[in-house]
Amino acid sequence: MPHLPHSSPAALPLIDLPGPDVTVRRLRHPGRWVSGGIVLLLLAVIGRAFAVGQIQWTVVGQFLTAGVIVTGFGWTVLISACALALGVALGFAFGIMRLSENPILRFAAWLYVWVFRGTPVLLQLLIWFNIALVFPRLYIPGLIDERMVDVVTPFVAAVLGLGVNEGSYLTEVVRGGIGSVDRGQKEAAHTLGMTPGQTMRRIILPQTVRLILPVLGNSAIGMLKFSSLAATIAMGEMLNAAQRIYFINGAVIELLFVCAVWYLAGTTVLSIGQYYLERHFGRDAATATSDRRGFWAWARRPAARGEA
Amino acid sequence: MSLAVKAVGIRKSFGSHEVLKGLDLEVAYGEVLCILGPSGSGKSTFLRCINHLETPNGGYVWVDGAIMGYELNRGALQELPVKRLRAQQSQLGMVFQHFNLFAHRTVLGNVIEGPMVVRGLSRDEAEARAMGLLEQVGMAAKASSYPSQLSGGQKQRVAIARALAMEPRVMLFDEPTSALDPELVGEVLEVMRNLARGGTTMIVVTHEIGFAREVADRVVVMIDGEIREMGAPQQVLSDPGDPRVRSFLSRVLA
Ligand SMILES: Nc1ncnc2c1ncn2[C@@H]1O[C@H](COP(=O)(O)OP(=O)(O)OP(=O)(O)O)[C@@H](O)[C@H]1O
Ligand SMILES: [Mg+2]
Repeated sequence: MPHLPHSSPAALPLIDLPGPDVTVRRLRHPGRWVSGGIVLLLLAVIGRAFAVGQIQWTVVGQFLTAGVIVTGFGWTVLISACALALGVALGFAFGIMRLSENPILRFAAWLYVWVFRGTPVLLQLLIWFNIALVFPRLYIPGLIDERMVDVVTPFVAAVLGLGVNEGSYLTEVVRGGIGSVDRGQKEAAHTLGMTPGQTMRRIILPQTVRLILPVLGNSAIGMLKFSSLAATIAMGEMLNAAQRIYFINGAVIELLFVCAVWYLAGTTVLSIGQYYLERHFGRDAATATSDRRGFWAWARRPAARGEA
Repeated sequence: MSLAVKAVGIRKSFGSHEVLKGLDLEVAYGEVLCILGPSGSGKSTFLRCINHLETPNGGYVWVDGAIMGYELNRGALQELPVKRLRAQQSQLGMVFQHFNLFAHRTVLGNVIEGPMVVRGLSRDEAEARAMGLLEQVGMAAKASSYPSQLSGGQKQRVAIARALAMEPRVMLFDEPTSALDPELVGEVLEVMRNLARGGTTMIVVTHEIGFAREVADRVVVMIDGEIREMGAPQQVLSDPGDPRVRSFLSRVLA
């Protein structure tokens, strides 16, 4: 059978080609309208269910700005901030140790990560809180000599538990960040006469910070939420305050919703802050011009790996 | 002619692989020395041993009155603390094949880093001198650009300015044009030619035979971790005695 040239009934002879200004009609996507409609409908159903459900919305509104709750949220923010600061400090310290020339320092940093990343943070909180059972007194000659229970208050236990745990994650992040700055820049700094300390501070860490900034943003958001675990060690942060209230007045779900509103507000503010921080730091000039998307486009980006 | 650099019996092994087999070399002030040789012959390793980016396993390097990385103490070489080693290293400017510019610093920021941090110059003074150097390499107009915004040739010219900013005694170049597109090689060689004309002492590892022939006072050919030929460029390049050097040159000149 002879091989025929590829032709179909719709073959378009050159003579029929339209001019360059020919109208273009876009493909329609009826499927998108349908699926969008279904989702909207579902949202409406869920919304209505909560509106008519067994929730006293007035109580939610009432407790939203109650003194105890606001104070509790203050503690939540304070614990998160302190724990994050501690975590970042530990993360940098151990992250740098992890790449030290000294094998003992490297081992110590590995051990830290192994222990604190390998156990649940709730467990760590409980251990810190009960540390007085192991060491009844905190005694450092010439510096401090007190009963452990007076030193490790619920607040201190919460900050230590959350911060030390976070530090173990950030250690790995910092290590990765340092490792990703190419060796050549380090050698260039050495040939200019910069000491290892100067090279670390001025060449490597600034580039590391840029790389780990998105992770830090996620850490801050995660920390705000994980700080609620401190409710279990009698720390009077927001969730604990809410629990104490609903044990008395029985408005369980109302107070939990109050907390949800505050946590959402907090994480939203942090997300916005993260966006501006990243825009400020998170670039060398190459991305500076291209990455001018607005906050909302950024906020709806696919979640990063490991985002809490 | 006074000596700038004297390498004595440099040996270097990586594991069981002996890369440098006892190299001796002298470079005088104002001299331009080009090192040629096949890939893997140890040229980069030798250059990196000269400024102690690699510590030699044997032998030592004397630069301008001091032994790199050591102090002569009762007939033995006592290793120096890192700070003093770095001070010595800053006497040798190094230009790398892959530029190694600081990615988070502008062109100007790259050039002032060493003078400010290591030599303690004020920012104003460092910037004024840096602009002079950038002028010299034709990069003044790009002073506030970041490395990622530059072409390879531009990056390398900035890297040269950065090394010059430390006012080194000797400039070391490790294949400065090998990572460049062919049309960008010329601009970097031109800067180097001008440096040579200005009397800068230079040790240049290169595959640019034309450059070596034109600019070098002496040429060294390395093969398998040994110096097989050393002398004036026209002599070494046109009439090498060593048969392996001859076959290497016939390959690169072909
Ligand atoms: N850090 C290192 N660890 C192990 N082996 C190395 C290291 N650096 C270099 N070598 C080996 O030493 C030998 C010489 O390498 P070197 O880079 O000095 O060669 P070269 O003459 O500069 O080659 P080229 O022209 O390709 O740059 C090679 O066999 C290389 O694999
Ligand atoms: Mg090389």
